[in-house]
Amino acid sequence: MPTVIVDGREIEIGADERLNCIEAARRAGAEIPHYCWHPGLSVVASCRMCLVEVGTRDAETGQTSMIPKLVPACQTPAKDGTVIVTESEKVKDSRARVEEALLIDHPIDCPICDKAGECLLQDYHFEHGQPERRADIHAFTSKKRDMGPTVTLFADRCIMCTRCVRFTREVAGTGELMVNARGSKEEIDVFPGYPLENKLSGNVVDLCPVGALGDKDFLYQQRVWFLKREAGVCGGCSAGCSIQTEHTQDTVYRLKPRENLHVNKWWICDEGRYGWHHLHDPSRLVEAKRRTASSDADSVEWADIVTGLKADLTTSVSGDGRLAVAVSPMLTVEEAWMLCSVAREIDPQALLAVGYVPTQGEDESFPGGFTIRGEKCPNRVGVEHVIAAFDPSVPRWESLLEVVERGECTAAWITAAYPPAGGRPATEVGSWIDEATAARFAKLREQSAGCLIVQDMFDSPLASQANWLLPSAGFAERSGTWINHGQWAQSFERAIRAPSGVWPEGRLLWNMLERRGLYDPNVIRREAAAASPALAALAEDLPSVGLDLRLQQLATS
Amino acid sequence: MKPTDPSVRWIEERPLGLTERLYLPLVVQGLTTTARHLVSKKVTVSFPEERPTIGNPLIYRGVHRLNRDDDGRVKCVACFLCATACPAHCIDIVATESPWPDREKYPESFQIDELRCIFCGMCEEACPVDAVELTSLLDLTGKSREEMIFDKEKLLSVYDMTKDAEPMKSKSLGGTL
Repeated sequence: MPTVIVDGREIEIGADERLNCIEAARRAGAEIPHYCWHPGLSVVASCRMCLVEVGTRDAETGQTSMIPKLVPACQTPAKDGTVIVTESEKVKDSRARVEEALLIDHPIDCPICDKAGECLLQDYHFEHGQPERRADIHAFTSKKRDMGPTVTLFADRCIMCTRCVRFTREVAGTGELMVNARGSKEEIDVFPGYPLENKLSGNVVDLCPVGALGDKDFLYQQRVWFLKREAGVCGGCSAGCSIQTEHTQDTVYRLKPRENLHVNKWWICDEGRYGWHHLHDPSRLVEAKRRTASSDADSVEWADIVTGLKADLTTSVSGDGRLAVAVSPMLTVEEAWMLCSVAREIDPQALLAVGYVPTQGEDESFPGGFTIRGEKCPNRVGVEHVIAAFDPSVPRWESLLEVVERGECTAAWITAAYPPAGGRPATEVGSWIDEATAARFAKLREQSAGCLIVQDMFDSPLASQANWLLPSAGFAERSGTWINHGQWAQSFERAIRAPSGVWPEGRLLWNMLERRGLYDPNVIRREAAAASPALAALAEDLPSVGLDLRLQQLATS
Repeated sequence: MKPTDPSVRWIEERPLGLTERLYLPLVVQGLTTTARHLVSKKVTVSFPEERPTIGNPLIYRGVHRLNRDDDGRVKCVACFLCATACPAHCIDIVATESPWPDREKYPESFQIDELRCIFCGMCEEACPVDAVELTSLLDLTGKSREEMIFDKEKLLSVYDMTKDAEPMKSKSLGGTL
């Protein structure tokens, strides 16, 4: 095993690992500051912040010979016998000089800069810089200009690390950004007439180590130190990107990608990034309603729903009635499991079908290995696994519609919770279900004992027919496990509480199963894992990056 | 810290001296203090008919105000530092892009809940542009809780009301702006 010596500590790295000195030092617990290097981008070694002393130790004699000059750690491969010194006087002095050089032309407008609090320039200056500023303080004039529909550039704050330029060239593959002019006049810019307009554009804001690139969606909204961060999973498409939900006081302010080399690496698409606004849409359903023959849309208490729903369904399926359930691919595995259990408890012959699977175009891949999926729901695979445990034929939404249309069922429970398409306001885009499809539920209403339960986030042609209209939770309000298109399972906790008046599906179903205490997805997950071979890998707590179900499936098959 | 902690130093109470044990000298001492206050100048005032005099308005911590710059615009840049420093969480700011070319953002709304405020003066200290200041207005009353939540207009009007009697502290203290 190759051995690297970091500040006198010897650490071993894998024989076929290709690490640079920053990564090797990190393994030894030494953090080398860096601006321009990013694990997902090519190396330019232009910021000079990661300069360290590097040498080699002769394997035979044990003699160490150091390179006389400081070398950039990002560009220097760590090999067997590489000696890295990260904390010598020479290195510290170099860091302080780099910091000072950067601050000569950097406005000290931290109080109004959105990056303040998570800014590398701030952090590194605090840690490695010198307390005094020797340069003149210029009066602040904002050089702010638009880069595109999502991103604003504050040119005076830029430290020319060129991460954003490399991102658009190497990962997005669109190359809108460039470095304009040279020397002290260098600036990031777009080519005239070609704004920064790709589907991954928001990532340049995360990449920017300072406040030069601002996210228009988040600009001026909140200071980052007020935000609480909860690890979550994006519900925008079946890719299931790992995200970080940043929120405070039950309001989401932004979503950020969370590093997960198995799924999304360091990136998320703009659709996912800005796809949280529907959570705070004023047109969201927040009141549970019950419609009977004698009364029209009375609001009901949740405690009454737990018992009333069961009673209604039982009456409806008594005799030769049948219950049909659409298990939405927006639900977590745990919620789907409980929904199927409740349904089979009420009607052992209940039809359990995969709910409507929204799709939009084809899968779209980018040169950096990132793919936006055309299937716009996060958990179709998980729901299919759950239903397969109850009914191996795994009926689809279409077959449920046919059963309902033929009048072969007396009760239908449709879970939806679909966000508005394209992340736009719900009032602008149409509902997930059109009038014609909703009309296929007509036979159900004609039956005297017919009962239609709709659980959705927004009003729809189907919702207006429902006997029970229950509001459902958004993606940041539920906890559980989602399984992405590639059988990759990720568990997550809720980030914010559902709006007042809304019980997340998990809570309702937990109570309908007459479980004690609060809804605990871990309990359900373990039960599902014990009962279903396909989900057996979920028996243990999942690591934060998730788990590949295929490995377990291979082992058991 | 536990009493058994080695860094705790235990000391004995000083034994009473002769004069203390005699009792009478202490009685005389106490009565002298009472008598001195009977004849000395009064420090209390008949509030509210009579107004107390504020020693130094610069360091007095009364009702807040939001200062205006030379053009009469609100000085605040909506940096949220006062809200961050506030231990009582009584400041609520909504920031937005400013309509002026020389300023990047400004407060769309700025509210201070005067009932929640503990008048510690940390907001004043945190403000990088000396926009929020505490005046020497001390008798703040209201008929409802809502009335005591001061919005931007009200805080600016406090400035207009007090600017002549109490000039901006930053000017007298040699501030940067």
